[in-house]
Amino acid sequence: MTSALELRQVSKIYGSGPTEVHALRGVDLTVERGELVAIMGPSGSGKSTLLTIAGSLERPTGGQVLVDGVDLASVSRAAQAQMRRRSVGYVFQDFNLLPGLTAVENVTLPLELDGIHARAARTAGLEAMEELGVAELADRYPDELSGGERQRAAIARAIVGERGLLLADEPTGALDSVNGEAVMRLLRTSTKRGVAGVVVTHEAQLASWADRVVFLRDGQVVDQTTAPPGPESILAAGERR
Amino acid sequence: MSVPHALLALLSEGPKYGLRLQNEFEARTGEVWPLNVGQVYTTLQRLERDGLVETDGGEGERSRKRYRITSAGDRELADWLRTPPDLVPPPRDELVIKVLVALQVPETNVHEILQVHRRHVIEVMQRYTQVKAAADEDDTALALVADAELFRLEAIVRWLDAADVRLKQRPRLAPAQVADMPLEATQETEVSQ
Repeated sequence: MTSALELRQVSKIYGSGPTEVHALRGVDLTVERGELVAIMGPSGSGKSTLLTIAGSLERPTGGQVLVDGVDLASVSRAAQAQMRRRSVGYVFQDFNLLPGLTAVENVTLPLELDGIHARAARTAGLEAMEELGVAELADRYPDELSGGERQRAAIARAIVGERGLLLADEPTGALDSVNGEAVMRLLRTSTKRGVAGVVVTHEAQLASWADRVVFLRDGQVVDQTTAPPGPESILAAGERR
Repeated sequence: MSVPHALLALLSEGPKYGLRLQNEFEARTGEVWPLNVGQVYTTLQRLERDGLVETDGGEGERSRKRYRITSAGDRELADWLRTPPDLVPPPRDELVIKVLVALQVPETNVHEILQVHRRHVIEVMQRYTQVKAAADEDDTALALVADAELFRLEAIVRWLDAADVRLKQRPRLAPAQVADMPLEATQETEVSQ
């Protein structure tokens, strides 16, 4: 089976000559459907660059990016743009809902941009909102929603339709830790339903919601966690202390 | 974990039998602290001796006794809740010592050592988070217990991150400056300065 996302020896250089910045150096990363991966690293380690390249918002200087087995370099720009609209969902730090559109219109925006008929788009949009428990708020405007409801709408927009890859850059933004946790819970639930998720964060608590944590430093993957054992072992460990 | 005070807290809701106290204790600490029934009765005996709880006055089997908090017990509980725990850190934090020692060992990449520990701490955090993820979202006691561990572990990760930055900014020491020079040579160096 093909992976939802595969980066092979991806590098990215900004500028040239003496001002050249190597943002990524030979990064290999594979993310399967159903898996949530967190990318951690200090500022300037290349986390955000990795995400924009994975989402084909930027082209790598070297290496290959495969989304659902398709090498992005092998398809036309138009096809890349289509893939971006159809297969990839983004969650931004501030959720970026457009104030002039209702919640469901925000959710279905990527589908409508892709030429899907309004009625079919609305059905898909309501389905995504249903998954996140906010379908009843579909016709409200963003300023009529609470912070938590806006988060859910933003995540619904990222998973609407056939999206197989969910990308999030510091998705909990300035939220307090309990609300930040709620966002991570939703991302985790969404990926468990068969989406591949990649979350960039510098916060260890948020990263610990991921199945795997990948550590980036100076544009290179330097380490990653191994699959954690079941939760039962930790409580026994606590008792021994 | 102070078992006596936890039992006083449970009794502050009303009189209870020992077995019920054991069940409630475990349920309310997210079942992270198992407590056997023997411990419960030993603790209750001590509390009774100190005048913090009293029984219904029944003779005979301990399982037939119902315990009630006294006014002295109420005061003790209120005082304990407001007494800060000992926050003075252990005199020698093992991780800090390891990093300090690593700085002295030639051919050792301290950043690599920091990363080994960072990964390990985050793996432990993943396990606590799994506990939260698997639990009922309404299980507040369990969430509080897991949160306490997660914040403590996160603080270690933040210390490792800060150490990384600090050590990156530090000018590298030449091995000759670190090593012990023969006595005469050292004196010469001092003279020449």
